[in-house]
Amino acid sequence: MIKYLTGLIVAALVTAASIAAPAPDERMEDAALEVRARGLYVQLRCVICQSQSIDESNAHLAVDMRAVVRTRLEAGDSDQEILDYMQARYGDYVLMMPPFQRNTLLLWLSPLLVLLLGGGFAVLYVRRQSGHTPESVDDEDEARVAALLDEEGQS
Amino acid sequence: VNRFLSFLPLAFFLLLTVYFALGLREDPSEIPSQLIDEPLPSFDLAPIEGLEQGLSNRDLIGQVSLLNVFGSWCPPCAIEHPMLMQISRSGQVPIYGIDWKDEPGAGARWLERHGNPYVRVGDDEAGTLAIDLGLTGAPETFLVDREGRVRYRHVGVITEADWRDTLQPMIEELQTR
Repeated sequence: MIKYLTGLIVAALVTAASIAAPAPDERMEDAALEVRARGLYVQLRCVICQSQSIDESNAHLAVDMRAVVRTRLEAGDSDQEILDYMQARYGDYVLMMPPFQRNTLLLWLSPLLVLLLGGGFAVLYVRRQSGHTPESVDDEDEARVAALLDEEGQS
Repeated sequence: VNRFLSFLPLAFFLLLTVYFALGLREDPSEIPSQLIDEPLPSFDLAPIEGLEQGLSNRDLIGQVSLLNVFGSWCPPCAIEHPMLMQISRSGQVPIYGIDWKDEPGAGARWLERHGNPYVRVGDDEAGTLAIDLGLTGAPETFLVDREGRVRYRHVGVITEADWRDTLQPMIEELQTR
């Protein structure tokens, strides 16, 4: 079962790596620019395919967006300028990583919130448990335990 | 207090359920346009094969107009087309067209077959203007005011009801200013 599962996960990872969409003819001549282009593709969302970046999608719009990224790179834009360019046209949604701002505060801080909440519960729970133990075992109990153990002949 | 505390996770769960249930009602494919109340990006598109005039953003200045993105490859555009013809015949507002990612000649043939509701049509074969407009699909229609600013964006087919209840009143309002 575990073997089967591992196999499945490996298969999923391998296909995930191989489905990167940019076609060979999309490769930029300048290797450094190509690296930056790939870095930008994964940061930009394909706006018509929900949870895919334009690096993963072959939707015609994703293909066109990659072309725009390359044009801007060749024009000498910085990575941030290109992200801003897309954000100005498609909004925050186009960024795979939501910006940290007022309306995303809860989104960003919720893991911390959950940690604090869960941690608080855990601390309370453990405290209560450890608080109870010494109370419940008094001398009388210990005497009974000793007696029982004696009976079993394994003191 | 302990009783109350033990119900907290359940309450939290219910809260999240309500929140996510509300989220299900929203359409994630609808991204708000960043162009509302902004000027159109400047562009100067070549005419499509078979037509004389291309389209520039300056053509849309001076009167309230609609800017409609279509393609001969786009089935919903064919559904929308009769409505555009009707609007065009009514003479209430000029419609400008952007032929998005069409094969050379395909757009012109399509207009010949179905009729041409557009005053001018620009050819965006490469799809670069589409990205400048923040386009997510076709058809998509922008309502542009006299100053060339986008006032409204309609995603998808303009139905009779969309025209009557939304676009027409907005156009009339903008035209009286």
